[in-house]
Amino acid sequence: MSIANKITRILDYLKRPEKTSHFAKERLQIIIAHERGMRDKPDYLTALQRDLVDVIAKYVAIDKEAVKVDLERKEGFSVLELNVTLPDGL
Amino acid sequence: MKEQTVTKIIVITSGKGGVGKTTTSASFAVGLASRGFKTAVIDFDIGLRNLDLIMGCERRVVYDFVNVIRGEANLNQALIRDKHIKDLFILPASQTRDKDALTLEGVSTVLDELSKTFDYIVCDSPAGIERGAQLAMYFADSAIVVTNPEVSSVRDSDRMLGLLSSKTRRAEEGREPLTEHLLLTRYSPKRVARGDMLSLSDVNEILAIPLLGVIPESQAVLRASNSGDPVILDKESDAGQAYMDAVGRFLGENIPHRFIEEKGNWLKRLLNFKEKETV
Repeated sequence: MSIANKITRILDYLKRPEKTSHFAKERLQIIIAHERGMRDKPDYLTALQRDLVDVIAKYVAIDKEAVKVDLERKEGFSVLELNVTLPDGL
Repeated sequence: MKEQTVTKIIVITSGKGGVGKTTTSASFAVGLASRGFKTAVIDFDIGLRNLDLIMGCERRVVYDFVNVIRGEANLNQALIRDKHIKDLFILPASQTRDKDALTLEGVSTVLDELSKTFDYIVCDSPAGIERGAQLAMYFADSAIVVTNPEVSSVRDSDRMLGLLSSKTRRAEEGREPLTEHLLLTRYSPKRVARGDMLSLSDVNEILAIPLLGVIPESQAVLRASNSGDPVILDKESDAGQAYMDAVGRFLGENIPHRFIEEKGNWLKRLLNFKEKETV
């Protein structure tokens, strides 16, 4: 083993492991923002979205991520919004 | 010292297990009672009774919460008087495996009955979001969300905050929402300083509810549960003092936060000591 190699190994041994708490914070901020957005939505929304994607996919080749289902509550009524991005050339 | 008239129901909750709900329930109940408030602490963890062990009264359990709900015993028969403090009573959980043993009506009746004579009712929630946890929070006026500086605990706490804002009686009746308090437990300033643990300000920023206190990771907590004396009674310990402070803050006192900075090394301490001497 070369001297340089030995030195690198000694330095690695002395080096502190990488700090990780900022990963924790970033990951939490992202997932919690997402989950808060889902919080007031009814549970059937995910299932509805899946079914809608399946139906549309029978007719058009769509990207499964290109369908957005959203429920917005307004005073006295709710709006179910369906947003489908169709591929080019149709 | 004491000026409470309307009974206050406090839920100790977290979503995740093992973060310190029962430890907190026990210490909070002792803290409130030792200030002269008549306090009851209820174990909602049906099937996994443990508050009795932490309070050191496991051998005095005769009747339990479910016995009272089913009319097999009256409340006075089931309440266990604390061995240290005269104004403190424990209502133990049942060890039944019947998941439906707790009912909304049953819990409501017991809490109403307790409200006639008690100042504070501390509800020790089970982990998870099942029936026991839902009922523990349903009637609450205040919630203490116990959180460890660790990703799964923080996420679960946020989930509980969502439930607290929608699945409680106050929310359903459109009344003033319950007050939320963050209690950060098992905190290690040393690991925070090393960058290996979420800091107080990280957790505060993410959960965005008022901070009640920080309980440092402490050897005293295990010692306390070994002996069945809630850690708040260990007045020499950091965790005991931190709980005492948190109870004071809960009662509206202005107490600065402690145990959130790394303890200085021996040299720093020596210098601090010198400074103190010269002041």
